[in-house]
Amino acid sequence: MRLSTILLVYIAILIIGYFAGRQKAIAYSHALDAGRTMHSLPMYHGYYVLMWGAIPAIIAILGYFFMGDGLVLDRVIAGLPDEVRSLPESRLNLVLNDIRVVAAGAETSGESEAYIQSAADSLNAGREFLSLLLGLAVVALSSTGCYLAWRNLSGDFRARNRVESAIQVLLVMAASIAVLTTIGIVFSVLFESIRFFQKVPLFDFLFGLNWSPQTAIRSDQVGSSGSFGAVPLFLGTLMISGIAMIIALPIGLMVAIYLSEYTTARVRGVVKPLLEVLAGIPTVVYGYFAALTVAPLLRDFGLSAGLQISSESALGAGLVMGIMILPFVSSISDDVINSVPQSMRDGSLGLGATRSETIRRVVLPAALPGIVGGFLLAASRAIGETMIVVMAAGLAAKMTINPLEAVTTVTVQIVTLLVGDQEFDSPKTLAAFGLGLTLFIVTLILNIIALHVVRKYREQYD
Amino acid sequence: MSEESPSNSALRSSVETRKRVEASLGARYRRENRFRFFGLLAVLVSVSFVAFFFVSIISQGYTAFTQTYIQVDVYFDPDVVSPDGSRAPDVLSQVNYSRLIKDGLGSMFPEVSGRKPKQLLNRLVSNGAIYELRDRVMAEPDIIGSRESLWFLADDEIDAWFKQYSRGDDADGAARLGDAQIGWLRQLVAQGRLEQRFNTVFFTSGDSRDPEMAGIWAAAKGSFFMLVVCMSIAFPLGVAASIYLEEFAPRNRWVDLIEVNINNLAAVPSIVFGLLGLAVFINFLSLPRSAPLVGGLVLALMTLPTIIIASRSAITAVPPSIREAALGIGASPVQAVVHHVLPLAMPGMLTGAILGIARALGETAPLLMIGMVAFIVEAPQTPLDPSSALPVQIYLWADSPERAFAERTAAAIMVLLAFLLVMNATAVWLRSKYERRW
Repeated sequence: MRLSTILLVYIAILIIGYFAGRQKAIAYSHALDAGRTMHSLPMYHGYYVLMWGAIPAIIAILGYFFMGDGLVLDRVIAGLPDEVRSLPESRLNLVLNDIRVVAAGAETSGESEAYIQSAADSLNAGREFLSLLLGLAVVALSSTGCYLAWRNLSGDFRARNRVESAIQVLLVMAASIAVLTTIGIVFSVLFESIRFFQKVPLFDFLFGLNWSPQTAIRSDQVGSSGSFGAVPLFLGTLMISGIAMIIALPIGLMVAIYLSEYTTARVRGVVKPLLEVLAGIPTVVYGYFAALTVAPLLRDFGLSAGLQISSESALGAGLVMGIMILPFVSSISDDVINSVPQSMRDGSLGLGATRSETIRRVVLPAALPGIVGGFLLAASRAIGETMIVVMAAGLAAKMTINPLEAVTTVTVQIVTLLVGDQEFDSPKTLAAFGLGLTLFIVTLILNIIALHVVRKYREQYD
Repeated sequence: MSEESPSNSALRSSVETRKRVEASLGARYRRENRFRFFGLLAVLVSVSFVAFFFVSIISQGYTAFTQTYIQVDVYFDPDVVSPDGSRAPDVLSQVNYSRLIKDGLGSMFPEVSGRKPKQLLNRLVSNGAIYELRDRVMAEPDIIGSRESLWFLADDEIDAWFKQYSRGDDADGAARLGDAQIGWLRQLVAQGRLEQRFNTVFFTSGDSRDPEMAGIWAAAKGSFFMLVVCMSIAFPLGVAASIYLEEFAPRNRWVDLIEVNINNLAAVPSIVFGLLGLAVFINFLSLPRSAPLVGGLVLALMTLPTIIIASRSAITAVPPSIREAALGIGASPVQAVVHHVLPLAMPGMLTGAILGIARALGETAPLLMIGMVAFIVEAPQTPLDPSSALPVQIYLWADSPERAFAERTAAAIMVLLAFLLVMNATAVWLRSKYERRW
């Protein structure tokens, strides 16, 4: 049975349930004495019936959607020949992929093994059976739910209260998704990281000076046992985001000061949206800009000045990243500066201070906590930024503090380790999760401090 | 001398102060002007960043919107197409159509001989030409045996040369073409057999190894599916969450936890969401890799905090008097919210949602994590098919060594930015049209 048919039948049953409930309520209301009214509108009786029809079936549908294929695959794997089942996980996944492709009806290149064909057939049969089962379950659950709820209706039934408390539960669940997401992130990253740290000690990871994740594919291969010392990555990340901050902070802050303290509303109305345009540009576009425009420019400039600038230099990536976070810095600074009470400025100007003196001695000190919070947020953004560095920074991990050389960052390594073939039992793939955990923790700490500082500061003047 | 009256000394000190102030005024004003100048400089620098950025993208990309076509006289030779006279589709689909093009080019340049020069000559026309010929013949088999002048896509190097040539630039120096090829090209130009047309291929086809046949359609469709999935999950959830937090939430630990989480999630690097998607959706729930469905789910989790924050401020902007009036005439709290607050807050929520999808449309890093970087030619038919996305396509092309991909990358960026511009303009329009000041 096709999923779309099942959904259509499901929706039809719910609509019928709604109208049946509503009709029953209307019949009750006609039977009432004149002057008396029912507790809930007929509509709510309808919704009540609909609700009981919808909830059990939606659980079944979601369960099928997220786990159905896995269940069928388990059955298919159980039916495979023993020598295939005992293959290592990565090979087994390839076989499963073949089975999926054959099951989807694609023509395979060359002779496919007989067991693949039969497994594909049993996969299709299993899917067919499971969707049939789902169809029956949905029809049974939704119609039984509707019927039971419908039987429950009566003249003084408080349908609205039931429906409203169901809505409340839905709202709480929606709000809790945010917490679930955080838990999901922590667990998914933590789980694989623990496996990684079982193979590579935490100390070696955090303080090791050598990063070369290429592990030997075959056991008899010479060299490249893989070493996972992440210090060069931390250094590279720090350098690129440091360059970005050195560019974005002064310019962003000065722009915010100039726009909020010096210009007319008209100039503000032109410049602010222009900067917001900069904030809306996707990072992949900045990456292209960095790799194909800024890097060659820098290299040519370096050649003419007699400097050797690598075409994947930290300077180029940092420069463009600085442009990227500039609007972010300036808009936060702008907010913070604007929330300093006007009376403080007036007091300072009244004492005869010039505008710049007022800004430097009064406004900025007052706004400092908020600005620091904004800078921390900007820094966490720079550290977690991926596309610019993937496209414009290097791949080789080098211990250097020369910004003209190519360095690599944590995010670049996560991407290179995870794009392409993944083996979830090799430290190479797991290392990406170790790096991800580090990145998550660092940015989380920065964010928490920043949000705390900003909130404290707001309370001061509100 | 030693004894002065207090008023006198006060006068003296005020005169003194005045003198000192006046003496320092020049320096102070200079400092003031310097400060002001730095402010102006910062604004000018950032505005020139914007200008430089757009000028460089547009100047690199605008050429990709035209494509060079080359006219070849093709003889649909029955000996090549159907030696045994059969016109069955499965026979016609297997024919070596490149022979027809080779023969056509050979008849136009009879003086070319030798294997190497002939190979170079054949490379004037794109590899895609044989598929065009095949489709043509299969659509109307009666064409076999006739002669026709057909326009084919030119190869990307020819395209680059011709674009520079027709602009009057030094095309020969820049091109990676031999003298013989340039000679043929000049001959073709003189015969009017080279032409630039609007590049429809770019908008209608999928990715390809040959730049002249590569397009953004498949990627755009993948992006579209992703945004649909993303919005149909994130918008209802975001609105529901914000209603709860603003209207119904008690003040307790759980709600505090939710609030802290939302604020932190908004600042978690996007690549971490990619790791989440890889671990949860692909490894744990074994959803298909590279599918727009998974991409949409990840993007939904990412945009959720943005939408919640925007929706909450839209709800707080609705004055309490509206709620109180509704409650006063007997509405339940849920009715007050659903019938009164929500409709008034909807424009603000939609604005937030549009800004959220605009962000999601440009997001690349999490998509790399869930395997959306594969080379995919076919446009996806459903959200479960493997697919690419617009920003991922940009990333892939930016990495390609062929020069012609550089201009296509810039052109794809222009298309992406145009989409973003439309979305943001819609958001601004919505806000200005429906926003109410109370």
